[in-house]
Amino acid sequence: MLAIVKDLIRYNIEFAIGCVLVGVIVVFALASFFSPVDPTLIYVAIPDQPPSGQYWFGTNSRGQDMFWQLSFAFRNTLTFGLMVAVLSRIISISVGLLAGYLGGWVDRVLMFFNDIFVALPIFPILILFYFVMRSDLDMYRLAFVMACFGWPFDARLIRSVALGLRHREFTRHAVFSGMSARRIMFEEHLPYVMPIVFATAIANMIWSIGMEVTLAVLGFTNVNIPTVGTTLYWANNHSAMVVGVWWWILIPVLLIVMLFIGLFLLTVAMNEYIDPRSRLRRMGGA
Amino acid sequence: MAQSNDILTVKGLKAYYQMAYFGIEREVRAVDDVTLSIRKNEVYGIAGESSSGKTSLIKVLAAAIRPPLKVVDGSLTYRFGDIEIDPYKAKKEDVDAIRWKHLSYIMQGSMSVLNPVRRIKRSFEDFAFRPMGVPKKEFWERTEAHLRRLNLSPDILRAYPHELSGGMRQRVTIALATVCQPEFIIADEPTTALDVVVQKDVLAMIRDVQQQMGSSVVFVTHDMSVHANMADRIGIVYAGRLVEEGPTRTLFTAPKHPYTSHLVGSLPRIGDTSPKAALEGRPPNLADPPAGCRFHPRCPLAIDKCKTDVPPLVAVGESHRSACWRSDDVKPLATFGQPAEALS
Amino acid sequence: MTTLLDVRNVSKRFAMGGILSRQYTDAVIDVSFALESEKPEIFTIIGESGSGKTTLARMILGLEEPSDGDITFEGTGAADRKNRKVRLQFMRRVQPVFQNPFEAFNPLKQVDRYLDATARTLLGLKGKAEIEKSMDDALQKVGLSYREIKGRYAHELSGGQLQRVAIARALIPNPALLIADEPVSMVDASLRMSIVNLLKDLRDNFGVSVIYITHDLATAYYISDRLIIMQKGYVVEMGPARTVLDAPQHPYSQLLKASVLSVDDAGQGNLKPADRAMAEAAWAKSGEGKLTPRDDGRMVRVG
Repeated sequence: MLAIVKDLIRYNIEFAIGCVLVGVIVVFALASFFSPVDPTLIYVAIPDQPPSGQYWFGTNSRGQDMFWQLSFAFRNTLTFGLMVAVLSRIISISVGLLAGYLGGWVDRVLMFFNDIFVALPIFPILILFYFVMRSDLDMYRLAFVMACFGWPFDARLIRSVALGLRHREFTRHAVFSGMSARRIMFEEHLPYVMPIVFATAIANMIWSIGMEVTLAVLGFTNVNIPTVGTTLYWANNHSAMVVGVWWWILIPVLLIVMLFIGLFLLTVAMNEYIDPRSRLRRMGGA
Repeated sequence: MAQSNDILTVKGLKAYYQMAYFGIEREVRAVDDVTLSIRKNEVYGIAGESSSGKTSLIKVLAAAIRPPLKVVDGSLTYRFGDIEIDPYKAKKEDVDAIRWKHLSYIMQGSMSVLNPVRRIKRSFEDFAFRPMGVPKKEFWERTEAHLRRLNLSPDILRAYPHELSGGMRQRVTIALATVCQPEFIIADEPTTALDVVVQKDVLAMIRDVQQQMGSSVVFVTHDMSVHANMADRIGIVYAGRLVEEGPTRTLFTAPKHPYTSHLVGSLPRIGDTSPKAALEGRPPNLADPPAGCRFHPRCPLAIDKCKTDVPPLVAVGESHRSACWRSDDVKPLATFGQPAEALS
Repeated sequence: MTTLLDVRNVSKRFAMGGILSRQYTDAVIDVSFALESEKPEIFTIIGESGSGKTTLARMILGLEEPSDGDITFEGTGAADRKNRKVRLQFMRRVQPVFQNPFEAFNPLKQVDRYLDATARTLLGLKGKAEIEKSMDDALQKVGLSYREIKGRYAHELSGGQLQRVAIARALIPNPALLIADEPVSMVDASLRMSIVNLLKDLRDNFGVSVIYITHDLATAYYISDRLIIMQKGYVVEMGPARTVLDAPQHPYSQLLKASVLSVDDAGQGNLKPADRAMAEAAWAKSGEGKLTPRDDGRMVRVG
């Protein structure tokens, strides 16, 4: 595994740049564990200070050190994005492979629900969740709810690949070797859908983080938890741009753009590496 | 020596796949030092197994190679009338100018040539109109006359490919490849996907159109029984090298390479119940071929010399060349009708 | 005599198209034949594409249900194989050999995993040594050994070797019947005879019956005991292989034989398209008439 990463960094420029970008953000987020300040407290520093040697990212109008504030915000946002991606991948892989491999009525029932989820308007539903749960809607619950909505498109993609695999001779060979349906799906077919899983996982992170930012900016999440979205919510609330506290908005936006570009480059590089055809070529086949 | 009736002369041709994936560099010698010439008005069969390099060889001949396959060494010269051209040294426009008009292809799957959503007419126009270089009206007149000559109804021009049977589609691609009366046609396994009855008809059609036009055809297939009926001369390719070349009848009745001898001797035939031995081992990996003669690990006649020294392709009879240190000891494994001398 | 496989008046009809323009294609029409347990044989089904030979094979393997008629294997039919336990029992006795050995193995997995799975689930073996022994025994039967293929991927083996591994895999549970659908059409010429000879060897030395499905009359002549020739879903001629192929009587069988490219006059340029009259006779009456027995043991469809 380590050797693969080393190879990728050495021979794939996209991967190297992606690693650097995402790595910087991750280190920055991890720094929050060593934070000297509690991010939920306000007026612990002089408000509205521009970036300086003392306050690298300046301070905001609520008297918080933006460096530590954003460090917590990115930790929470990344955790949130990863949770949504992992949970929704589990659902989409299970649904996609089951529907594709078993076919018949299983396929029809699963795809019926799949299409309902595709059609549902997610945004109003999330707002409804907020009104019902109010401050109970913490990051983890929101991640769970988003995961329940973030799988259907990808499940369809995975199903279409699995549908093709089902008619390949090696699948029938596996059946006549006495392998169970579970083993065929998760050992024979899963490697073929992994590139989709990775590509969609990162796309899904980008989607869920974007959605969280939107909800938070509008105030439809628990705004006391520091995330990228709530940071922007407070900045907007204090008319940061109007009063000239530009660093309150510009720095988080720059950092999130860095994160998204980094994630995108990682997907591109990883897809190339994990794609069964390029894997086969490296192994010396085909 | 290039004779005046050679249409294609290939000398010391080497084409390799050069690849690098994440630090692993590989070089596959798909075409390794091939020298041959193809005469006017003949069908030259190229026989070889999968990954023997025969597909790479004809891609090189057709000047249709793409990286990672590269021509590393050697020359390739076509002579069409007074045009003399080496596609790997000439300008791209000059190479494009000979395509379809002088040099055309019949491919394995008809669907790769015929656009499935357009009428066959359109495919003819796309491929042949510009190379033929005549006004529209004359183009269609000539096309229809050509179809009639091949016993195809001009009505098929209005059909869509899916409305035709597989055999009919393959016939259409042959008509399409030959409509400009090219001097040189490359046919890559044109009948492998067809049923036996249709296969015979399509082969007869290719042979027929070749004789009418006096073109040269390079015919590639792994099926020796097809070569037996199509080729005037056959070149046997093994692991990227030409190992034997000679007139078809001679290769069947008096092969001078143990690989050829096995290929033709193990063909099952109706009416023949004698046991047919299989050749052990596997075709070599072209990325790491054995030293010396590449066939030696599987060869029943191999001696120590074969393991170290590469046998040159030398004349062993009239227009018959073989690359084997023990070519005199090769015996035919089966008989095919009467010997060549009795027939000629 | 006990019956191993009994195919009785089997037909298969596929529905095509949507609800409004439903069309039916008859892939297999009224096919009957039987194999005996005590007499292992190579039974060949000859046909071109669209003749129904692959559909027939799929029905025997239980991958497709007949629309009409019965297929029973050692007394049980497809309807009796609803649960997994009975299906596994069936797989112990009947195994397929696939057309393209490169497709039959997952290119991303090692080839021995299929042998391992077969030994584990179909034979119920547990210990590592036991499993390896059963794999090695089966591989020995096809002229390979476990050492040679351990940890190998499909692309590291030749088509011939892979096909032999696939056959070895099928042999692990000691089946009574192998169903081989065009097992040599994707194998290189120099390796082809090794597979054909292997099938013969399995019949002669290990008592395995083989249903050999092919379009190639020459290999059929070389190894089969009995054969049926199919045209558009109908059996047009059946009987002892050499009797039928030496002198086919049905016009379609005659056309097939005449279309085989002869190598006896190699290089003589004697290639002629199929005789029009013969081809027309072959297709004019396709499916007409009834299978009628002849004195030499064959059955021919005559109108």
